[in-house]
Amino acid sequence: MSRIPEAFADGPAFVPYLAAGDPSYEASVEYVEALERGGADLVELGLPFSEPIAEGPTIQEAVVRALEGGMTPTRFFEFVEDLDVSVPLVCMTYYNLIYQFGRRETGEPGPEPFVRRAAEVGIDGFVVPDLPAEEAGPLRAACDEHDCDLVFIVAPTTRGERLERIMEQVSGYVYVQARLGVTGARADVSDQTAESLSRLSRWDVPKAVGFGISSGENARDVVAAGADGVIVGSALVDIVAEGVEEDADATTVAERLEATARELKEGALAGENVTGPERT
Amino acid sequence: MSTGTFGRYGGQYVPEALMPALEELEDAYERYVLENEDGFLDDFEERIRDFGGRPTPLQHAEQLSARYGADVYLKREDLLHGGAHKLNNALGQVLLAKYMGKERIIAETGAGQHGTATAMAAAHLDMPCEVYMGRRDTNRQRPNVFRMRLNGATVTPVDTGRGTLKEAISETMRDWATTVETTHYVIGSVVGPHPFPAMVRDFQSVISREARAQIQEQAGRLPASVVACAGGGSNTMGAFAEFVDDEEVALFAVEAGGSSLQVDEAAGVAPNSASLSTGSEGVLHGARTKLLQDGDGQIVESHSVSSGLDYSGVGPELAYLVDEGRVTPVNVDDDDALAGFHRLSQEEGVIPALETAHAVAWLEDATPEQLGDCVVLTVSGRGDKDLESVIEETAKRDVPNAPEMDVFGGGL
Repeated sequence: MSRIPEAFADGPAFVPYLAAGDPSYEASVEYVEALERGGADLVELGLPFSEPIAEGPTIQEAVVRALEGGMTPTRFFEFVEDLDVSVPLVCMTYYNLIYQFGRRETGEPGPEPFVRRAAEVGIDGFVVPDLPAEEAGPLRAACDEHDCDLVFIVAPTTRGERLERIMEQVSGYVYVQARLGVTGARADVSDQTAESLSRLSRWDVPKAVGFGISSGENARDVVAAGADGVIVGSALVDIVAEGVEEDADATTVAERLEATARELKEGALAGENVTGPERT
Repeated sequence: MSTGTFGRYGGQYVPEALMPALEELEDAYERYVLENEDGFLDDFEERIRDFGGRPTPLQHAEQLSARYGADVYLKREDLLHGGAHKLNNALGQVLLAKYMGKERIIAETGAGQHGTATAMAAAHLDMPCEVYMGRRDTNRQRPNVFRMRLNGATVTPVDTGRGTLKEAISETMRDWATTVETTHYVIGSVVGPHPFPAMVRDFQSVISREARAQIQEQAGRLPASVVACAGGGSNTMGAFAEFVDDEEVALFAVEAGGSSLQVDEAAGVAPNSASLSTGSEGVLHGARTKLLQDGDGQIVESHSVSSGLDYSGVGPELAYLVDEGRVTPVNVDDDDALAGFHRLSQEEGVIPALETAHAVAWLEDATPEQLGDCVVLTVSGRGDKDLESVIEETAKRDVPNAPEMDVFGGGL
């Protein structure tokens, strides 16, 4: 069974993202473990794809570093096995890698072998930014077969019938995109967040908000607006990038990640206690 | 449910934020392009005639005909306004964006011909336009960068990856994901998510619609074969579309064989752009199609002496027609493409785009049985934009039919 519901069981969840293997396999293992110490309830692990069209410059550069460091789907599965963490794990990647793994294993492209292997090493779910609900049938079937969740992104532009179509397919949590555009840390959190959350109010999966959250204050505001979790990627990847730039050792970078994770988790918890007009 | 597929290819593999825009575009494509709502098609046809210069001629190429023992006809898209077939699609899409009430145009470009055509169409229709272009391509194609800027477009160089078309497409998709409510992305070939492959084919099929009528009038028959260069495939699908149902007409898609057909997996590089000949099925830039990729599914960098063919994917409909056996993919390497460039320039007085030079060069390799007795070859564009590349690349190798390259030194 997927362990994702556990992440949302005790109040607002803090969901950090890192690209696996950025900037090196060993450092990246340390970084993910630091996030758990800082309070992560679930970790989204990016499996780098050469054409990350939904990502902004921060994560795109992380993807390049990870690929240059030798990250591959096979190494990714080893990476997950090597992690000493107990929180649920979600694999975030693009569809071609999932699809081609089938060719490598069976001679025919298809998502089932990737999902089977991911489930074996301890992955609980998937986020695939270039796979809309219309194209997700085969991956959804493989996830059902191996007790994994399939998370979908709902964008500010998603309306009407599209919402229904996604609601039928989504499990684990729904990734609520806080604003239009690509990933990237920003100073404020969009008003679109509250509006998006209100459109999903009758969905019975947890709603985790991402895109642009960079501080404890942002996290608090998002939870106060009704989110069940906050997803933070670029602000954490920035810390990894700074470490690369400064040539800092992995332990120092891990400590910074842990501290920032703690701030974000505390922000999320504070949001739960906000009462009055801010709380929708 | 999957929409807009050609057999197992096509579909819509894009971030969720773009899906409503694709639905809106699909609706607009059906109403305006397929059903001529508000007289869209009449407006388009008038503009592509008066602004664009259509119809383009179908020229009997006397020297090539003698050389190959077959009647060779050139469909002269190089004579279209802007010097390439790209205007057919760019004008169609910018006009469609106008009918849809969009306020801004974005596009990506490789050789610069699509960017140039889009910038011209946007100026003609008074729309602001931004064009993304790989940094390496901005250096290879400076004349087109100037032309885009002269037409008022912003040209934004893309520094990621190898700085070619693949990276420019990814960057344009990122812009679109941010500005989708007010902006139309003019995709430059029969690639990308549905409805782009079908819509771009429809705008480009004017090439084969005219060619089919012209050859019947001039030769009193259909051609035995149609030959077109293939990168993303807009010239190819445009040249083939109206002949697909004529099963007696052989269709040859000529790809860039680069310097080798082998993929260097460790380096992540294919020294060619022959995705129809050598690629495998995968998902890139919104569609399932044939791709140059490694065993993990990472997209490998392509290569061609012609930046207009330098792309790791190809249109899904072409991938389907190849699987069905209707279209035969063939390829020509960089050296032969340069020889083809010089041959058409010297023997017919037509200086072709390096893309077209691949198709011309393949006539040299083709058997008489393949070509038959009557050939239509599309001159996809003119070669002005490629002159610096041709001078540099010709000087590097032994191209037997090239002029003395020393005369191009000293200041050029």
